[in-house]
This record gives sequence, C-alpha cells and structure tokens, in this order.
Amino acid sequence: MHGRTLTIALTGNPNSGKTTVFNHITGTRQKVGNWSGVTVEKKEGFLQRHGHDLKIIDLPGTYSLTPFSIEEIVARNYILEERPDVVIDIIDASNLERSLYLATQLMELDCKVLFALNMADLARARGINIDADKLSRLLDVPVVFTVGNKNQGIDELLEKSIELARSDSGVSRRRRVRYTHDIEQSIALIRGLLEEKTGKNFPYNTRWAAIKLIENDKIVRERIKEILPDGFKEVLYEVQVQRDRITDLYDDDPEIVMTDERYGFIAGIIKEVMTASTRQRVDISRNIDLVLTNRFLGFPIFMIFIWAMFQLTFSLGAYPMDWLESGVNIMSSYMDNMLPESVLKDLLLNGVVAGVGSVIVFLPNILILFFCIALFEDTGYMARAAFLMDKIMHLIGLHGKSFIPMLMGFGCNVPAVMASRTLESRKDRILTILITPFMSCSAKLPVYVVLAGTFFAGSAGTVIFCIYIAGVVFAIITGRLFRSTLLKGEDAPFVMELPPYRVPMLKSLLIHMWDRAKMFLKKMGGIILAGSVIVWALSAFPADVHYSTDYSGESEGLKAAFDARAANMTGADLARQVQERNTALREIEKARQAEQMERSYMGKIGNVIAPIFAPLGIDWRGSVALLTGFVAKEIVVSTMGVLYAVDSDEESEALREALLASGMTRISALSMMVFVLLSLPCLATVAAIKRETGSSGWTVFSILYSTSMAWIVAFSVYSLGRLVMT
Amino acid sequence: MFLSDMREGQSGVIERVGGNGLLRRRLLEMGFLRGTEIYVEKYAPLKDPLELIVKGYHVSLRVEEAAQISVVNVKQGR
Repeated sequence: MHGRTLTIALTGNPNSGKTTVFNHITGTRQKVGNWSGVTVEKKEGFLQRHGHDLKIIDLPGTYSLTPFSIEEIVARNYILEERPDVVIDIIDASNLERSLYLATQLMELDCKVLFALNMADLARARGINIDADKLSRLLDVPVVFTVGNKNQGIDELLEKSIELARSDSGVSRRRRVRYTHDIEQSIALIRGLLEEKTGKNFPYNTRWAAIKLIENDKIVRERIKEILPDGFKEVLYEVQVQRDRITDLYDDDPEIVMTDERYGFIAGIIKEVMTASTRQRVDISRNIDLVLTNRFLGFPIFMIFIWAMFQLTFSLGAYPMDWLESGVNIMSSYMDNMLPESVLKDLLLNGVVAGVGSVIVFLPNILILFFCIALFEDTGYMARAAFLMDKIMHLIGLHGKSFIPMLMGFGCNVPAVMASRTLESRKDRILTILITPFMSCSAKLPVYVVLAGTFFAGSAGTVIFCIYIAGVVFAIITGRLFRSTLLKGEDAPFVMELPPYRVPMLKSLLIHMWDRAKMFLKKMGGIILAGSVIVWALSAFPADVHYSTDYSGESEGLKAAFDARAANMTGADLARQVQERNTALREIEKARQAEQMERSYMGKIGNVIAPIFAPLGIDWRGSVALLTGFVAKEIVVSTMGVLYAVDSDEESEALREALLASGMTRISALSMMVFVLLSLPCLATVAAIKRETGSSGWTVFSILYSTSMAWIVAFSVYSLGRLVMT
Repeated sequence: MFLSDMREGQSGVIERVGGNGLLRRRLLEMGFLRGTEIYVEKYAPLKDPLELIVKGYHVSLRVEEAAQISVVNVKQGR
C-alpha cells in the first residue's frame, strides 16, 4: 500500500453515462445513502487498484455548477469542501459542446480534473469525430476514451486518475477560460481585493471566488461573509461597482455575459477538436420517438407500458408475496408449537413476526416496481413519459414524472412514495408524496368490500368506484391547494433533456433494484418493527383482565357437559356433537377476545377517542378498528371481526350480519369508507414518507393533513347524508 | 416571433432568451444562446410541452417557457 486512500469524484451531465461508468468501476461494492440533510442520493464505492485504496464518489448529474438546484449545490460543495484528489468529468462525446460547459466550471475550481470522453463510438456513428489529444493539449487536462456500457477504458481511467492524484503538478493556468478584457479587469480587481483582505488564509481559489462574486453567487457571498467579517462590506461594494460596470458595457446581467463568454470559449475549442460530417446519419432514437411520442400512438403505448408495469408489480408480485406470506405463517406456527406459552411468545408471534411479516411481503412488489422504473429510466423512456404526461400533471401543479408514483399508489403507497425520488425538484417530490396516499391502495379494498357489500349490496361496485374517484379528486384539490400556498414559489424550469434511447444493462438494473430493496428492508424494518410492537403491546395489555363473564369456567363447563354426554354416543351423533361443542367453544373464545380487546389499552384508547368518531357515525369498535389500521389497512377488517366477535373474513356473512345489527347505517358506512380512504396512511407508508422527505416535519404534516381532511370529509358526508335521508 | 409560435418542423435562430433568472440561466447553460439554431421537432400530443433540437441534442420545454425565447429567420426544415 502507498498509504492514504485516494478519493475520486465522478461528475457529468445527466445521461452522460456516469452511473454506468460508476457501476463498472465499483461493481457491487457500493454504498448508497443520502447526502446529509438532503434527499439526493449519495453513492460511494470502495476498491483497491494499483496498490491504492480508492474511494469513488458518484456526484449528482448536473449541467452546471451554478448552485440553483440541490444537485448542483451538493456536487459543488463536495468538490469545494471535501477536496477530492481527482475529479473525473464524464463527457458524453455526442454532446461535447454542452458537456464542456460543466467542464469549464470545474476547471475554474481548484481541483485536478480528468475528462472521460464517454460513448465516443456512438458519437462516431453519428458522424462526430473528436481529436482527444488536441483537446487534452488545449485545456491541459488528461483525456481518456471510455465506452461505459462495454466496460472499455475503465482501467485506463483509473490508472490515469491515480497518476494524476499522485502528481505534484498544481492546477494549470493554461486551461482557464479567458474572458474578454473588460471582465478580466473586473476579476483582477476583485481578486486583488480578496487577496489583500484575506492574505494566505483564503480557502478557495481567489480567481474563482472573484468570478462567482461577479456572477452574484449567493452561497459564495455567504461563505466570504463568514470568512471575512470585517472586509466583507468593502469587497461587496467593489463587486457591485464591477457588476454595474459590466451591466452597462454589455447591456445584460453579468452572469448572462459570463455564460455567453464561456460558451464562446467552448465554441473556439470545438472548432479545433471536433469535426462533424454534415450529412446526418439515420437517428434511431428519432425514429423510435416517431412512434413512442406520436400524436396518436403516444398515449395508448404509454398506457400499455404503465399497465404492464402495474400488472407485473402487483399481479406477478402476488405469487412471491404469497410464498413469503406462507413462509411467515409457517414460521409463526412453528414458533407457536415450539415456544412455551408466555408473554414473550405472544410478543414474538403477534408483535414481531406479524409486524415484520406484514412488511416483508411487500418486497417482491418493491423489487419488480423498481426494476421497471430502472428500465424506464435507463432506456430513456422516463423522459418521454414525462413529456407525454406533463400537460395533465401540470394542471395539478406537478411535473410529468409525478404520474408514475401517483399511479403506483393504487397498488401500494410504500413503493409509490419511494418512486417519487425520480423527481428532481424537492418541491415536486414533497407535493407528490403528500398526495400519493389519496390514491386508494389495494389494502384498503377489503374494507370497502365489507362495508359497501354489507350496506350497498346491489350497488357495491359503483360505491367503491366512487370512493376511488373521490380519492383522485381529493389528490387534485390538494395538489392545487398546496402548489398555490405551502409549496409556492418559482416552478423549477421544466427544461428536460430527451436523451437518446439506450439498451439498458442488466447489471445496472439489478444494482438499482437491489439498492432499493436494501434501503426498504433496513429503514422500513426498524420503524415497522417498533410500531408493530407498540400496537401489539397496546392490544395485549393489561393481560390480567377481570372479565365480566367467567369464560374459562364456561368453556370448562361446556367441555365437562360434553364429556358426560359423549360417553354413551357413537358414530354420526358423536361427530355432530363434537362439531357443536367446537362451535360453542369458539363462540366463547371470540366473546373473550372481544372483551379482552375492549379492556386492553387499545380498547381504552378506542373508548377515549370514540367521541371524536361519534360525529362521523362510527362507534368505539369502528374507532379501534381504524386505529389498528395504522399498522396495515388490511387489519381494519380483522379487528372488526374480533370486536364484533365473528369470523373475520371479508366474505363472511357473520360479519355482515353483525355490522347490520350493530346500528351502523349506510351513511355511517359511507363515512367510514371515506375516512379509511383519506385518513393517515399505514405505518409502512409513514416510514417511506419519512425516508423520502427526509423531514419529520413533513411526515407529521402529511399525517395530520390527511387525517384531519378525512375527519372533515367524513363528517360532511355523515351530516349531509343524514339531512338528505331524513 | 417567439419559439412558442413556431410549428413542428420549423427551425429558427435564437434572438433573445427572457424569463426569470432561474429559467433564463438554465436555458443559457444548456446552450440556448443568442445566434444558436433551434429546430422544433414536435409538440407533445396535448400540445404542451414541445421537443426541440438544439446543439445536437433533444430537449423539451413547456410552451410557457418557450414563449420567453424570441427567434428570427424562421423557416421550414433544418
């Protein structure tokens, strides 16, 4: 070993093939996390090469380092503050001109840069030839050709990076963008002032800082204010004088003039190093788009793809889901038989296994969904989907890409909320996360089936359909409301590249899928585990209930009576008697369970909150059922089963009869369905919201908003309904 | 005329990019500079957004954003 670990950061435009290169360098030795404080994905890889420990950081893909978006701020801060040994700029060879814009900004920073000219084979096929040697000489930056998806040039890239990291050569001056005389004068003036004020202690390159000040970069201004509390006013004054001067001279904002100049510099380089044959070759991507974003075919094809994704995720996913479910069942019955009767066993079985089991069954859905999303993203279709849907989604104040998470919400909110990370803007992401829970997930369906089936026998289908539509309408209202209030502000520009279609690489897809799965299991597992144990404890304690009836005595008596009668019976009579006995025993046990539930903490809470639900026409049993629905919406039905002391099957006639007998009406059933539709999402979804927003504030807000809306709407339904019906 | 007034299959030369700071800067950084040739590849099925070819790559803008870009020398074809 040569000692210290070398840090290599990868930057590049979105769609430059950066992630593919990263995957090739690091393989599966990746660590995926978030940049602290923001929900921008941070990927790191560790490996050893040529006697060095290497740490590879995949910075977010950006078009520039102007700190407007989170991604740009993250990338720039990393380079500025963490000072990686080498920064590799992945350049899409077919897009040299635009890619060099980011490159010029990197070159202005004090860091060692290396260019990877990626996908030059594709560029050549499109008639673009690049003289890499000349580019390297002109900018004094090492250039390596890579073909990311064929794993070519990756070794050389690493070798050159290590060489560059170990070389003592400072940062060359030759490669810097030269601005026109007037601007250079301003830069020199401010630079001189900065050097005079700070001496040698300035942490950044002074030329770069001067340029950023002229460009009115807020972050750099703040940093310099911290570094230079005394001289800051003077520096700022000079900056303003220079900015005014440039504005006067060029009749435009200085930052625009600088951008223009950089592109001018780039144009000069392009003229020297790139030759493009004038004849346009056939562009396969354009031909594909003739069909996929066609005026008439675009939408139907999109719908087919989405339908296929939905089917794969939820229908195909149902098989492994069943296997996992039976696995969990086998495990719990094994534990049931093996462990002695105790509170610990109850905790393990009904708390831990049941809770974690209820989450792990989502794993196949998550894997398939993210495989499909990765497929859409890696092929380039995601951008087309956004292109098609943007007009519609924009009406709700959302981005075209929000469509996918919202649609997935009908299946399960957990993957849907996770899918929101395909959105670039944080505001879009939060808004999407806030409205996704209104898409009625499949776990809520059994509740509707029971309630609508019981109280709206003939028109249950219509009622359930209306509930679904109500969810969508509510999502739209919420979207519009928040876009114009809480999440107001400048819309992030839509400006979205439509990258050429590419054949996806299985390895990338699998890595992507596995990252998600890991994240899901790790983070969800913790919260779910804790939540399930709490809910279990609330329903299991206090254990020493003083029952109103002596249930065990009753069943003992029943057994004794049976034994007495059975002594002189045989054959069919005996069988019938056994059956009768068992039914009677079950009835007693159910009654006991119902009373236990009522007297448990959960039942007490249910009784306490019952007044809150009373205006909605829901009694204490309904309240408890809704509370337990926090763990998973499916549980609402089984809790009702326990509380009404009947078999808890959605097909069960007994539950229907019990519901009808309980004093519930059509209107209160409707009100309860509305509440289930809109009220706080299940625990797993809350965990996903917490994870994706990265903010407890938004998580709590989401819970409070949806639940209070649920109450208000259910109350309105109940009150209005009663007015109309009487 | 403005970019949003151009029809499918027309090309033009950018004269000026307007709009708020964020949008304007982003557009410039992506190569929408004065004098750059721009080609309208297609409008989305719902007439918004639109797909453009600029500096050899495909990019989509909303119509309201395209309305901030003024163009000259508009002609049929590239």
